[in-house]
Amino acid sequence: MTRRFLPLLTTTGVFVAGYLLCMAEFHNFATARVACNLLTDNAYLGITAVGMTFVILSGGIDLSVGSVIAFTTVFLAIAIGPLRIPPLMAFLIALAIGAAFGAAMGAVIHALGIPPFIVTLAGMFLARGASFLLSTESVPITHPLYAMLNDLSLPISGGRLGLIAIVMLLVFLAGGILAHRTRFGANVFALGGNPASARLMGVPVGRTLILIYMLSGGLAALSGIVFSLYTSAGYSLAATGTELDAIAAVVIGGVLLTGGYGYVFGSFVGILIQGLIQTFITFDGTLSSWWTKIAVGALLFSFIGVQRLFQVFWSGSGDVDTA
Amino acid sequence: MTDWEGGGSALLEIRGLSKKFPGVLALDGVDFTLRAGEIHALLGENGAGKSTLIKILTGVYRRDGGTIRLDGNDICPTDVADAQRLRIGTVYQEVNLLPNLSVAENLFLGRQPLRWGLVDHRGMRRRAAAILADYGLSGVDPATPLGHCPVAVQQVIAIARAVDLSAKVLVLDEPTASLDRREVEMLFRVMRDLRARGIGIIFITHFLDQVYAICDRITVLRNGRLVGERRTDQLSRLDLVTMMLGRAMAAGAPMRRREAVARRGVVAFEGVGKSRYLHPFDLEIGAGEVVGMAGLLGSGRTETARLMFGLERADSGRIFVDGRPVRLRSPKDAVRLAFGYCPEDRKTDGIVGDLSLRANIILALQARRGWMRPLSSREQEAIAQTFITRLDIRTPDADRPIQYLSGGNQQKALLARWLATSPRFLILDEPTRGIDVGAHGEIIALIEQLCAEGLAMLVISSELDEVVSYSDRVLVMRDRRSVRTLEGTDITADAIMAAIAAGA
Repeated sequence: MTRRFLPLLTTTGVFVAGYLLCMAEFHNFATARVACNLLTDNAYLGITAVGMTFVILSGGIDLSVGSVIAFTTVFLAIAIGPLRIPPLMAFLIALAIGAAFGAAMGAVIHALGIPPFIVTLAGMFLARGASFLLSTESVPITHPLYAMLNDLSLPISGGRLGLIAIVMLLVFLAGGILAHRTRFGANVFALGGNPASARLMGVPVGRTLILIYMLSGGLAALSGIVFSLYTSAGYSLAATGTELDAIAAVVIGGVLLTGGYGYVFGSFVGILIQGLIQTFITFDGTLSSWWTKIAVGALLFSFIGVQRLFQVFWSGSGDVDTA
Repeated sequence: MTDWEGGGSALLEIRGLSKKFPGVLALDGVDFTLRAGEIHALLGENGAGKSTLIKILTGVYRRDGGTIRLDGNDICPTDVADAQRLRIGTVYQEVNLLPNLSVAENLFLGRQPLRWGLVDHRGMRRRAAAILADYGLSGVDPATPLGHCPVAVQQVIAIARAVDLSAKVLVLDEPTASLDRREVEMLFRVMRDLRARGIGIIFITHFLDQVYAICDRITVLRNGRLVGERRTDQLSRLDLVTMMLGRAMAAGAPMRRREAVARRGVVAFEGVGKSRYLHPFDLEIGAGEVVGMAGLLGSGRTETARLMFGLERADSGRIFVDGRPVRLRSPKDAVRLAFGYCPEDRKTDGIVGDLSLRANIILALQARRGWMRPLSSREQEAIAQTFITRLDIRTPDADRPIQYLSGGNQQKALLARWLATSPRFLILDEPTRGIDVGAHGEIIALIEQLCAEGLAMLVISSELDEVVSYSDRVLVMRDRRSVRTLEGTDITADAIMAAIAAGA
């Protein structure tokens, strides 16, 4: 059993080692404030990474999430601002749009048998284009509810855990239960293992696929809501490349890119590692922020290499070399 | 066991089943009866129709005619899940389970025990352990990922899942193909248990020993028709093989016998084999000699060819060319040694359908020269024309995509591909399958002509009469082993069938 957890343990080990290193370098790193900020700053990325985890576990990919986040922020800014829709109502509509958009992509993937990469690439352009259609400029959101929600927080020994960080943690918790403790979750793993066998074993392939992309779209919209709270604005160029950050977090977290293996908790650690690198660079002050990308790239590369090695060792003899 | 004779409790009755595919009548009024508590072998060579029958039974294909009655009710399975609901479970050669999930999850996928809406993993593992114990797998931890279990264990788990989904009819489609002897025994124990529980089992296999070891009855199909149903204890092996291959010419007079040529070993294989794939064999083929290879489907004929051409890596034995030991670890080595191989499945392994006839012909030669030294288009044209004329390939021009040519002409183009490399040893796997009668004769004439030109050849064929007509020697394969070599006047269709049928 332990070897199933090996990728997860590796990732967690890397995070712990990294954190200790940072603490050795900067003494302030040990404070609760840094830890809370780490969670708050990456809340939107974490939420979307949960959806991405399901998609990748099923053997798919969702490139549209960054654009859905941007669309949601612009939609909220317009709905709450000029249109005067109550924010909570606007949140619900945004979630519905995101979920419906994802479900539609899932339906196309299933019905037409087009690879998810292509379908969600199209979705990415569509959603980004749609947000430009709403507004090409950054629209500030000044509703009092925003200020109130942003003030909500859980004080933890000197730091404060913001609402959006709490939302992220809850989403991770719910995602973990959904993936590992429900029949739907088992079906997701089944699809990622071998879609043909899954069908023969009676897994409702179409329904599961649609639900997976619906979940990813819905969580991307939730992530957009969080992002708009975080920035108090809607901007159609927001969250560019977030889909790739999310994929990176999921893969660094030990989820096999080909599907079927991994844990939602792994993606959480993946997010923390990315956040850690960012925080380190901020603390350092002399490094350009692009170093984050370089570090993430290097990590991603080594993790995929390590995964491949695990795979080769596990499957024993012939299985891998014939693939 | 119970009284099978009276036809007392027929579980599954198939009557007059027909299925047409464009140009082929895959099943032509086939009857098949499965009784409760029996293991029934369904046998036949390639194209006999057994896989079509199974696919209709499991809902993959729709039938064009006939009736299927299960427990007296007409059924018409629409897909695999529907067949499962009708209590027909199927286990295939490639295990159709999920290697990434645990054994327990594989057993319970889609019907996991729930507690408060969540999957009760502990309860599921407990129940899985009970099922595993029922099947003699108490040593298997239900939490292990299925992919870590040996194939035989996975097969049994697949069976356990099918039966646990309340199957009455269990279809086992070549489940033993990749198992070793001990694993086959384990599977047989499970099958006997299920038979005792009254489940009807349809067992498809290429291993006649296994048929006699476990089956109560045998139904043989040939060319889409029912040849007959027999009780295993009343059917001799020779009769069974005859049923499967068809009545050969009674007076199998040797057509034409060359003088046994003094064999100058061109290519010699000594103890070449691969565990779990093919038993080691010895074979020496001289220039100008045709060695025929006969045996039932799955007897190891194509496996031999693949080892000889380096498509599979042998794990024992040595190979000599002109008396010198050579290295043969890949098809590239084989091409370097001037070997050629026309595989059995022309469409998937042989021709490149979208490329022109010319490109297909020069493919092997170009590969041997290496891509750094391309043949000029003039050279290509000359080579292609030479072979089109020499082999009488009928085509409007050499630039026609090869997929539009007839099967016989495709086969000739494949031959041309290797002849262009001036090979010393050529392996032909079922060179006459699926081509019309006229082309048959031409291919056979070609084989004889090439051999007269000093080529060493190994020809694999299910057409015994053909094998008899062109072979200097015939190797008979059975159960992945070369069991008999016939020479000279001993080569008759009857002798070949007897050799296939003989055995423990």
